[in-house]
Amino acid sequence: MLCQQCKELDAVLNLTHLVGEAVQQVHLCEKCAAERGLPTTIAMPKPTAIGDFLSSVQNQVSAMPGDAARCAYCGTSLRDFRASGRLGCAQCYGAFEQSLRDLLRRVQGNVKHMGRQYDAPTGEVMTQDAALSHLRQQLNDAISREEFESAASLRDQIRTLE
Amino acid sequence: MTLDLSLLPDGGVPWLAASGDHADVVLSSRIRFARNVAGYAFTARARDGERLRLLAQVRDALPQVPSLGGAAVLRMDEMNLTERQLLHERHLVSKELAGLDGANEVKSAAAVLVSHEAGVMVNEEDHLRLQSFRSGFDLEGAFRTATRLDRDLGAILPYAFHPEFGFLTSCPTNTGTGMRASVLIHLPGLVLTQEISKVLQGLQQMGLTYRGLYGEGSEVIGNFFQISNQTTLGRSEDELVEHLARVVLRVVEQETQARRVLLRDAGYIIEDKLWRAYGTLRHARSLPADEAMNLLSGVRLAVGLQLIAGLSVYTLNKLLIFSQSAHLAHAAGRTLTESEANLARAKYVRRVLADETGPAGAVA
Repeated sequence: MLCQQCKELDAVLNLTHLVGEAVQQVHLCEKCAAERGLPTTIAMPKPTAIGDFLSSVQNQVSAMPGDAARCAYCGTSLRDFRASGRLGCAQCYGAFEQSLRDLLRRVQGNVKHMGRQYDAPTGEVMTQDAALSHLRQQLNDAISREEFESAASLRDQIRTLE
Repeated sequence: MTLDLSLLPDGGVPWLAASGDHADVVLSSRIRFARNVAGYAFTARARDGERLRLLAQVRDALPQVPSLGGAAVLRMDEMNLTERQLLHERHLVSKELAGLDGANEVKSAAAVLVSHEAGVMVNEEDHLRLQSFRSGFDLEGAFRTATRLDRDLGAILPYAFHPEFGFLTSCPTNTGTGMRASVLIHLPGLVLTQEISKVLQGLQQMGLTYRGLYGEGSEVIGNFFQISNQTTLGRSEDELVEHLARVVLRVVEQETQARRVLLRDAGYIIEDKLWRAYGTLRHARSLPADEAMNLLSGVRLAVGLQLIAGLSVYTLNKLLIFSQSAHLAHAAGRTLTESEANLARAKYVRRVLADETGPAGAVA
């Protein structure tokens, strides 16, 4: 949408005015908004809020093919990510690698982690099945010890996982 | 569950001590790491059982993590609104974890661990948000503690890590180091001399960003700014911390310079304005939160300029946090309407100032 004042630049500021009982929408570009003394990035830099990030996600990711592609692990789709700005799990990084690489380059200016490297402790990652069998074992133990409160809580956890 | 504040080591706010460098300008330094544990969906996508299991895993790990020794474990989903707000006012939990951001309710198994030197939010936007605060300007100290905590916990819980992208986070703006280094800084001199927008613009050009007193999405109020690194990829943790520290020291210099200019060019106007702020705090019978924050900003400046003697920065720090609405409600033992809170705030501020400087009227 073009700025209502200069009719040259894209409007970036959408204002809602209350005139009497009527609601009026005003759309201004950054320059015209600054001229009217309204806070803009020219007058005052704004912090990068989640909204700004979301709009860059939307601009970037909407251009990607395979919008409905889903992460096989958690079921998050690119569309979900575009709506919320959040990924569903670590595996999403593999599932949407190309889109994310472009997005990271755009919002972070880089894709390469230069910080500390990390080796996860081995044998600790629990799969869903392993977690369930671990919980079932704990449930049996709790029942045999007649600890019914913790048994009930474990049973709830198992149901949720199942 | 009733929140027993005595269980919180140092009330969870040792950073109010005003003990570090430049403590009259820099309130606190903070490092936080965003981490996720492999094998679980990220918090927003995780099921109740996964979140409960994660919390149990973190609790099990506690005895092996020295920096969390003696930590209090507080479940957000077992607390009432005032208690959650109070923890947020102390910067111990984010709005999201405390279910205060409007969009999200408190999630099951959302919790915070608070020890003398560090804290961990569990089931926040990321599974773990490790954080360390220091009083004054001490990014290095906060970084040391947070890094130790990160290494100890990461040796027990397997973090989600990618050799190229680094630590994987729910929001890609944190991916990489997952680190946000920040200082909470008071810049009334730069605001009054109208230099602030130039300074803030400069920050953005240097890869830094600013927010209000309560971080993302919060307004700048009382001339308090939170300055932090903007990006988390492409630079190491050390580089990010050193860069921020260098820039913050420069901002502190600019603030000091602006204060000198103010005194030189508008001495009596400034002096009058600040004494009026002090007078209002000492005598007002009703104080809205925003007004109190702005008046406290003025008095803080007056103490920094040595116009007001006998009042410590520690007391001002305490007033800044403990005069907020949830703290007043907690002290009253019930929820307060806005006007009741304003009365309670004025009374609390008057009492604290009188305790420190003697009865009203005794200060020259």
